[in-house]
Parts: sequence; C-alpha cells; structure tokens
Amino acid sequence: MENWHKVCELADIPQLGARVVKGKNCDIALFRDAGDRIYALHDRCPHKGGPLSQGIVGNGRVTCPLHGMTIDLEAGRAVSPDEGCTDRFEVKIDQGIVYLLV
Amino acid sequence: MQKLKLVVVGNGMAGMRAVEELLKIAPDLYDITVFGAEPHPNYNRIMLSPVLAGEQKFEDIILNDLAWYEENGIRLHLGKKVLKINRKERVAEAEEGFSVEYDRLLLATGSSPFILPIPGRDLDGVIPYRDISDTQAMIDAAEKYRKAVVIGGGLLGLEAANGLRQRGMDVTVVHLAPWLMERQLDRTAGRMLQRELEKRGLEFMLERKTEALLGKEGRVCGVKFSDGEEIPADLVVMAVGIKPNTQLAESAGIHCNRGIVVDDTMQTFDPKIYAVGECVSHRGTSYGLVAPLFDMAKVCANHLAMMGIGRYAGSYTATKLKVTGVDLFSAGNFDGDEHSEEIVLNDAAGGVYKKITIRDGKIIGAVLYGDTVDGQWYFRMLKEKQDIGELRGHLMFGESHLGNAGHEGRVQASNMTDDMEVCGCNGVCKGTIARAIKEKGLFTLDEVRKHTKASSSCGSCTGLVEQILASTLGGGYSPKTSAEKPVCACTEHTHDDVRCAIRDEKLLSISETMAFMNWKTPNGCATCRPALNYYLISTWPHEAADDPQSRFVNERVHANIQKDGTFSVVPRMYGGITNPKQLHKIADVAEKYNVPMVKVTGGQRIDLLGVKREDLPAIWADLDMPSGYAYGKSIRTVKTCVGTEFCRFGTQDSTGLGIMLEQAFDRMWAPHKVKMAVSGCPRNCAESTIKDVGIIGVDSGWEIYVAGNGGIKAEVSQFFVKVKTREEAMEYSGAFLQLYREEAYYLERTVHWIGRVGLDYAKSRIVENDENRRALYQRLLYALSGERDPWKNIVESTKKPLFESLVVEA
Repeated sequence: MENWHKVCELADIPQLGARVVKGKNCDIALFRDAGDRIYALHDRCPHKGGPLSQGIVGNGRVTCPLHGMTIDLEAGRAVSPDEGCTDRFEVKIDQGIVYLLV
Repeated sequence: MQKLKLVVVGNGMAGMRAVEELLKIAPDLYDITVFGAEPHPNYNRIMLSPVLAGEQKFEDIILNDLAWYEENGIRLHLGKKVLKINRKERVAEAEEGFSVEYDRLLLATGSSPFILPIPGRDLDGVIPYRDISDTQAMIDAAEKYRKAVVIGGGLLGLEAANGLRQRGMDVTVVHLAPWLMERQLDRTAGRMLQRELEKRGLEFMLERKTEALLGKEGRVCGVKFSDGEEIPADLVVMAVGIKPNTQLAESAGIHCNRGIVVDDTMQTFDPKIYAVGECVSHRGTSYGLVAPLFDMAKVCANHLAMMGIGRYAGSYTATKLKVTGVDLFSAGNFDGDEHSEEIVLNDAAGGVYKKITIRDGKIIGAVLYGDTVDGQWYFRMLKEKQDIGELRGHLMFGESHLGNAGHEGRVQASNMTDDMEVCGCNGVCKGTIARAIKEKGLFTLDEVRKHTKASSSCGSCTGLVEQILASTLGGGYSPKTSAEKPVCACTEHTHDDVRCAIRDEKLLSISETMAFMNWKTPNGCATCRPALNYYLISTWPHEAADDPQSRFVNERVHANIQKDGTFSVVPRMYGGITNPKQLHKIADVAEKYNVPMVKVTGGQRIDLLGVKREDLPAIWADLDMPSGYAYGKSIRTVKTCVGTEFCRFGTQDSTGLGIMLEQAFDRMWAPHKVKMAVSGCPRNCAESTIKDVGIIGVDSGWEIYVAGNGGIKAEVSQFFVKVKTREEAMEYSGAFLQLYREEAYYLERTVHWIGRVGLDYAKSRIVENDENRRALYQRLLYALSGERDPWKNIVESTKKPLFESLVVEA
C-alpha cells in the first residue's frame, strides 16, 4: 500500500541540486529545479547504474556523473538520441514540506 | 498572437538546416511554408556518390522525412517551383497560380550544374550530376549501356566516374586541364591520383577540349574533341562546375553578382528577404560545400528569430575525395606565390605525397595524398593562422607521430577495416561510425559522439573519428577549432567571449553571466556551468561566488566517484614523502571503515578506494591529513625522485623543491588537472618530461619544462627556461600556471593550450617579461591566500547535507 511520507523541508534540497532518500527497496533521488519544483527518480542511471543524485541539474534535466547521459526529470527518460528509463515517484510539497508517495 | 509568415524557397540542405536552427531557438515565431522543386523531402546531397556507387540507398540518405515536416507544422509543397516574388505585396507566386504571403522570405535555391554550350548538349543520354534524379538516370544507364564519358575531372566528375565504373561501365574522364582536380591538387598529387584511378579501370584524356556531342536517333553516341578525334559514348555526364541559382532573385530585382548578394547576417538587399546556401555570394565568394552552408544557416536562423546576434564571416574550406580507398586532402593556397615556401615529402613508390605551403611562418595551404592523417591538424593551424615556429622541424611528420593509446597505435583510419575498433572506451567499430554518419546524416564530431558514443569518453580516438568523418563526408567536413566553437549548445559565445565578458564587465556569478550573455537555456548545462564557475572564480578570486551545484560531483564532495557510486580518498603526501605515523593512520582508517582496496598511485601517494559517500567526513576526520585533490581540476601531485638527500647521482634537492611547490600551490583550481614533477638530475627518474610543469635539476640550477602529457596522448614537454635558485623555479612555475589559469579554456590541458597559443607566446609573457612574470605570480599567490583545506572545512561544519541521506518518516 502506497502512502505519502514526509521526507524533508524544501530548504534541505539545494536549488539545482539533489538529495538522496533511502527508500525501502532502493535509493530515491529528489531533485529541485530553479523554480522549486521537486522531482523524484530511482537514483540509478539506465546506462550503467550511476547515481543520478550526484549529477548536475538544470533545465528540467540531470546529467549522470559517470558517463554523462542526460535524463529528463519529468519523464524519467534519457534525452534523445540516448535511450533508457528510470522509475519515477510521486512527490508533493505542502507548506514547505516535501512528501513522497511510496 | 498572430504568427509571422516565413516562406522558404528551396527544400535542400541549407534551407532545411536554417529551418531546423530556427525551430530550435524560436519554435513558435513563424508559420512556415516550404517550396521544393524536387519531388522528395530533404536529403543528404553529399551522399549521392555512395548511392551512385551502390554503397547506399536513397532512403538511407533522407535527412528530414515527411513526418518531420508534419510534426513541426511546416506546409511543404513538393515539386512546386516558385516563379515570381512580388516584393511590394510580399507574395511568393508558384506554379499554377498558387501564391503565399510572407513576412520573411528565405531563398535557398541552391545551384545548377553548368552545361557546356556545345552542339548535342540536348541529346538523350547527356546528363549533369546534381540531384537524385540525375543519379537515378546514371544508375539506369549503367544497366543498359557500356560506354560512359565524364566531362570534367574535378571532385564531382571523379566521384561520378568512380560510381559508374563500380556499376560496370567503361568510363573515360575528359578533362581540360593538364591534371585532375587542378583547383585542389598540384601536378604531382594530381598525377598520383590519376595513376590510382587508372588502376581501378578508369581511363583519362587530359588537356582535351570537347567540341561537340554526337548523336544517333536522338541519343548521344560519341564525343568529338577540338583536335578532331572522336570517341564513342552511350552516356555523357557533364560535371564541369556549378552556378548559383539566382534567376528568381534577379527577376525580383534583388541584387545579385554571380550569387545572391548577402551581408554577414545573410540578409539580401531586401531586408525582408534572406538567403543561404550555394545560391548566395558572401563577400564575393560562393560556397559549394556543406560546412559553410550550415554556418550560414545558423546565423540566418538567429536573425530570423530576431535575436540579432551572430555574424557569418566566411569559411575556410578543405577538400577530400569520397572515393573509397583514395586518400587525399587539400586546403588553402597550396600553389603559393613568390613570397611563400614549401615543405615537400614525396615517396612515389610508397604512394605518399605531402606538400605544405608556408608564408611568414604560417601555413597557407596543404596538399596531402596517400596519408591524410594530419590534414585536420594542418587545416586547424591554417585557420588559426598559427605561427609554426618550433613545430617546423617535425611538421611533416604530423601531430600524431608519438601515437595515441587505445587503438593498437593505429593512426590512419583508411587502413582500418569496418570491424576494427576505433573507440576503445566504448567499443565502437569503424563500420558503425561510417554507417551512422551516412544513415543518420551526421556532420560533426559532436553529432558522432552523441549518436555512436565514439570519442565521447577519453577522446583519444578523436583523430580517427575525424578522419572517418572527413572521408565519409568528403568536403562536407569542416571541423571547428576550439577557439571558434561555442562553449556548448546553451550559447553562441566562445570560451574567449565568456572570459572577456567576465573580466571586462566584472561579472561575479553564473546567473549574472548568463543574463549578460543572453544564455539560451535558463540554467545552462553540465558542460557550461562548470566552465562558467571556473572562469568566475579564477578571474575574481575572493569575490566571485563559487557555486557547488555547478561543480562536477567530485569537486562538490571532494572525492573521486567510482563506477559503483562509491568514492576514492587520496590524502596529500607532499612530494611523495610519508612517514610511519601517516602510514599507521591510513592503515587504521582502512581497517575501521572496511576500505575494499588500498592502492599506491602513480602520483606517489595512497588511494583508499570504495568508500561510501556517507563515510567520507568521518574518514577525513580520522585521517587528519590534507586533501590530495585527486578528484579535481587542480594540482594533483608533485612527483619527485630522491635527489641529493640520498641518491649518489643527485645534483639538486628535488624532494625539497617538490614539497615547496606542492605546499605552495596545492589548493589551486585550474582549467584541467595539473601534474608536476621534480627530478634531481638528468636521469629524470620523476619523469618530469611528461608533466604539465616538470623540473630537472642540473649541477648549475634547474631546467623547467612545460606542457608535457603522459596520458591519452604521450607528449614530451618543451624546454621553457633555466633558472639558478629554488625561489626562481617557484616563481617561473607559478607564473606559468597562472597564465594557464587565466587564459586556457576550461578542460584544456597545458599541452593543448600551448599547442593553440604557442610556446613562444608563453615565453614572451613570462621569460622575456620580468614585470609581467612577477605580476602573474603575485596574482596566483593572492588567489591562493586564505584558501582552506576542503576536507577540514567539511569536517568542521555542523551540517553535512551532501553526505547525509534522508529517510522516509513513517
């Protein structure tokens, strides 16, 4: 059964940066863009499993630190011509608190 | 808001590239209508030769299929010619009374083959070589007929001849000049090319003027020359040149002079009308190669998008012949004049000929036959007007004679078979690259990297990939030099532009810089953000904001990320000297944190590998040693030999100087990593000659060498200066590093930077200018003053968000 869980305050995640959440089954990367939108993806690059949370974030994308594959944060999909997907998680902000649906 | 109306006349490579560029930067500005005279969507014209030769199918060379036009909301009128432009009413009038209004008109009408005005030119079986229908006509003729005559021994004529020969015809090439491709080759190279093509079964008749084409029952049956001789022919291909299509523009009263005259913004004399491609005349030149057309398209799109930046300043072009197995390259003024000189290598039996033309110490032209490996190198120096100075001695032997690592020492792509590996990092074969170039319509190194991953990791195979691009695209390949290239796709500005703006306008943050320079993306990308961050902090130390989110992960967490997401920890051991106390500490830490691997590095220190991100601050606290910066674009190590302290040969205290250097500069950020070494005698046990700054002690002082490299491309450093004292060695080395910090592009190693600006330049700023050297050194010391150890900083901070994971609260 999935539920909304409190994770952190919005301020805990740097703008154009990320934090890692230890999930039950896997690490989840929380990304914050310049407009304070939060995205949650499985912290694993579809290319060779790199930790996306450690990448450089901008323009709704993150670039994996291992080999530079770029992932669209909204779609959880590699930017063309690369191919591959990573799981997305639902996330919401309520009064400055970030919640994750897991 | 009502969209503006853009009408594009011409559905070829230049016009559609302009539309593509426009859609990238202003997707909603225009309603776009495209007219194409041919009944096909846009295809890759430079791949017609492989289609003719049977190596490629037409479907493979389509660049924009019909779905692309639809997806982008472009109204496409195929097989419809625009007959008239009514500039007063701003209407383009096409066949059958069809007309479209425009706010902006883009002319991309291309060029037409030049047809000799001789009797018989209208006979059946006489065709030019320009588009896919001509190509198809040749393919059809090859099935029915035996004897082909190609008039014109230039690039296009020879490719046509080769294709027809491969389709089984007997082919004779007729040429007016005394040797083939006389505009691209000198006599020697032209002769070598002829011999090679003769071996493949082509016949040549040189210095022959065609007087008439003979016919029988409406079809061509022979060619007659001015000397009276006649030869039989079932097919005649005219490939004697092209002329820009200007009729439409001229009939509308637009100024033309051989081509449609445009300014540097690609605007014609009517400000509502732009033109790009082979139809234009820019600064008196018309271009028939694809690289300049793409440059024009980019500038034109920028102005159509009303951004108003970007100028087209003309292009240098280089030529390659797309005949499989023939290796030739030509660029610039290879004939020279009375003020020029030549360096020539002629190995007739080996089939290699190279000529480089030089004027005032700069390359002005080059012809290469049989070995074109260094074509792009010469071309780059030609375009950059680089002083060849100290390179002169080994210019002929090329850039790559020392060999690159990773592909069995192979430096010549033409000798490789399709199944041979080019990119050793990503396992990409030659055939895969060539196929991607042809079928996906790739034109640049960056595109090949994106689509195939070849050359996208360490870059050591870049030279090979460039050769494959050049031989697959022929003259279509014209690489940009690092000085010409924009920083990344987020901007049109080059590294130099950005550095100047940051310095001259005193920009202190990334957002300020992006706003000032009209960055195209709101936050930049993983390529430009680290570059901007470096330029800011190196230009304005202690003033500009260092943005951790614009640093690569390694420099953010001060450790080196590994393939499994763990990190490596390398503490500093100044000069490679350690002691039992340090070793105890390291051993204790390795045990306490279950470090999976402990390794002695090439930089004379110890690496703890496989450390979890969460453990980093605690490990640093326990080690209580400074960060070794083994993860940064910064000083890595100063390698030393034992020197006079113990060595019986040592002439100088190399460890002492090494430690001094490392302690003084160890927190210095740089455009790329920097490795140093100090050897105590010319035996050079510290390998100073493959370092960014390498010092060798001799009895009378210290010799300083710079710009060496031991990695991807082994490069021996060059002698820079000899000094007497350790203090001088510090000052000269520091000044060199500061010049590198201030002027090199981000991610440019010293070897590439010096390759670009020349060692003489660095000497003029440092060795020959005492005041400037001291000022450089002072600026470096100022930048480093107060810089704290990053590990200590993190250990002492109360919050460590980068190293702590969040947990889901129940």
